[in-house]
Amino acid sequence: MEMKNDTLNESKIKEFLKNNIIVTSFDAIVRWARSNSLWPLSSGLACCAIEMMAAGASRFDLARFGYEVFRPSPRQADIIIVAGTLTWKMAPAMKRLYEQMPEPKWVIAMGGCACTGGPFKDSYSVVPGVDKILPVDVYVPGCPPRPDALIDGLLQLKAKIQNPDIARKKE
Amino acid sequence: MSENLFAKLTEHQLSDLAGLGCQLDGEGACLLTVPAERLLAVMKMLRDDVASSMNYLGDITAVDRGEAGFEIIYQLFSVTRGVKATVKVKVPKDKPEVPSVVSLWPGADWMEREAYDLMGVTFAGHPELKRILLDEDFAGHPLRKDFRMQPRE
Repeated sequence: MEMKNDTLNESKIKEFLKNNIIVTSFDAIVRWARSNSLWPLSSGLACCAIEMMAAGASRFDLARFGYEVFRPSPRQADIIIVAGTLTWKMAPAMKRLYEQMPEPKWVIAMGGCACTGGPFKDSYSVVPGVDKILPVDVYVPGCPPRPDALIDGLLQLKAKIQNPDIARKKE
Repeated sequence: MSENLFAKLTEHQLSDLAGLGCQLDGEGACLLTVPAERLLAVMKMLRDDVASSMNYLGDITAVDRGEAGFEIIYQLFSVTRGVKATVKVKVPKDKPEVPSVVSLWPGADWMEREAYDLMGVTFAGHPELKRILLDEDFAGHPLRKDFRMQPRE
């Protein structure tokens, strides 16, 4: 910016700062970092887990987005992908795994069974949707969903993490 | 593959089984229908008898026949002799109880627990008869014909 032979008056200083300094918040940077390296918990319950594994393998390559580090321990995980049919017998264990994860944490319901109970909705043993016991962030329908669908679900979660306002409930 | 058990038994053994109250049906599958109170004696004979030596218990299942009560069905097989047999016990609807065969075949443990869990048949003498597939809080036995879904929380 040409500034020589010119008096530095206040309005010009303001104009100069406006065009050359980016102001951001610490929150935004943290959100950006979090949303680009989500560590999922290896929580396969049924056939959807096979598609989840396929999403992590070379053909679909979840690592492109930074989500490939499937953790065997809930202490190290950021998201829990409920991949498959959740029965009432398994529900307490799943809930405990979720409670053991450190904040912040997110839940993806993968497949028809996890979303609503699927074909087993009226069964005596199946939880009709994991949102009965866990706060679900993203629903990925399908029976089972293809790896593409799971990746899309993770990217939806990424958008949700980066823009928490869009997910906020209306007052 | 597997031969008919009855063809391998002597007349004496067959009359022993009949004396224990068994109805023998050798057509097709080799089927014995046994009264519940004689089950253990018959099973012990089938397992230990040299002619049959039913040393493998394949499966225990239960059938709900409505008003006619329950049928508990045991699939037996002799690994040494290559014969198989089916043992059936009929119990009334209001008191579905049979003696446990865990003392004869330890593998019967989980099979009996499953039949208890899903069909509500009790096995007297079972070391730990509790639910195996469903959660502990579950009310009722879902494979019974008169089972109706209860709404859950």
